[in-house]
Amino acid sequence: MSARAISSLVVPGRGQSVWLVTLSSAAMAFLAVFALALSVTSARLAATWSDALAQTATVRISAPPEEMDSQTALVLDVLRTTPGIAEARVMVPDEQAALLEAWLGPDLPLDALPLPRLIELTETPEGPDRQGLRLRLAAEAPGAIYDDHTRWRRPLVQAATRLQSFALVSLVLIGAVTAAMIALAASAALSSNGQVIRVLRLVGARDRFIALAFVRRISRRALYGAAAGTAVAMLALLALPQAGSAVPVLAGLGFQGWTWALPLAIPPLTAILAWAASMATAFRVLRGVT
Amino acid sequence: MIVFEDVAHDYGGGPLFRDVTVRLEQGSFHFLTGPSGAGKSTFLKLCYGELLPSSGKVTLLNRDLREMTRDQLAETRERIGVVHQDCQFLDHLTVEQNVGLPLTATDRPLRESDVSDLLGWVGLGARADALPPTLSGGERQRAALARAIIGAPNVLIADEPTGNLDWEMSQRLMMLLIELNRMGTAVLIATHDLNLIRFAKAQVQARVMRISGRKLQLAGAEL
Repeated sequence: MSARAISSLVVPGRGQSVWLVTLSSAAMAFLAVFALALSVTSARLAATWSDALAQTATVRISAPPEEMDSQTALVLDVLRTTPGIAEARVMVPDEQAALLEAWLGPDLPLDALPLPRLIELTETPEGPDRQGLRLRLAAEAPGAIYDDHTRWRRPLVQAATRLQSFALVSLVLIGAVTAAMIALAASAALSSNGQVIRVLRLVGARDRFIALAFVRRISRRALYGAAAGTAVAMLALLALPQAGSAVPVLAGLGFQGWTWALPLAIPPLTAILAWAASMATAFRVLRGVT
Repeated sequence: MIVFEDVAHDYGGGPLFRDVTVRLEQGSFHFLTGPSGAGKSTFLKLCYGELLPSSGKVTLLNRDLREMTRDQLAETRERIGVVHQDCQFLDHLTVEQNVGLPLTATDRPLRESDVSDLLGWVGLGARADALPPTLSGGERQRAALARAIIGAPNVLIADEPTGNLDWEMSQRLMMLLIELNRMGTAVLIATHDLNLIRFAKAQVQARVMRISGRKLQLAGAEL
């Protein structure tokens, strides 16, 4: 029988510490999948919000009705001659009504309201000189205000980025707790197998052989537990409403496309973590055995 | 092989023994006697490095025990076979696996035929697949002896190896140890069985050491 084969036999398979490793790995992997999903989702939201609002801007013209058309023409002239503006388009009343409908309801008497005129801009990737554009508009059409959506975009992106940070911190904490649990389980396994360790040392086994006998078993259990936890969490994510479904709450939370491959890294990473944590614990415990 | 120079050991309540200077040479045969609690087991533990001396110097196979790394100590133990009174098996492994452990656990080649031959030599050929808890006292001692010698050690240390055996079984086990000694292995046996010592001395040139009054002495001619 080879050293590796006997190594897998010398530690008895029974013991609560083995179940503790399996269970804690499964639970932590389950949580890690959700933290990872939150991280991926918040990164995607930040990118989506940023892309959606980037390279677009609005010019709002508030002027007396008799000056509205002339100021609109002036603003369009300014925009046409401004580098960094790809397209400028006056929003028609129906589009404005659609924007307001979400807030004020349908059948809105737009004619009775002193609504500003909106010009939707599409900017080139380089974008215009925003400060210069504001000054030109102020000089040539005093009722026109340039809005590049920064005040909306920044807090949204900040919120999504912060959410992503929380998710990443959660992943780190889950990893730390997993390592601590496995170290505890390894310590318990070594303590409850004191006789095995004494006999192995007596017959000349090196610390590395003894440690590996425990570490292999613990890492394998951690791998199995994490695989089970990951599988259950991925099934749970699949059961959540998808983006665009009739249930908007939680819609879009989870992975899309290639990001479904990310949680598959959790079981091997858990096994590596278990290997490192249990190996360090084993060597520390073995130092106390002659 | 094993050299003690002014060795003392103390568990905290005063020295168990002190000023012990002794040299166990290759091919020698020694008995260690003394009353219970005199320090026989402690002396043996110093001989295979389970304990460090409180003072003095212990040299095992040309290495200072204090200077050894853990891996060096393990390497030294590959060459020292030990038979404990309670045998110390891994109860979930078969007799055959337990006997082969000194080789498999140290990544040395193990031929199953070697284990079978050795088990046959100690009379346990039919018990190879048995688990240790199912063995009788004599079978356990013989299995422990087989495990101690499978790595062809330079030194064999046995702590009360016949403590739980009847006289006939004790003689059989002693004959195995004598045969091993004739093949060049140094043997050190702790026992308080004077009949056993007399039996061995009739077969082999053995020296008897006695721990008494915290000193190690060579025993007198009455043995």
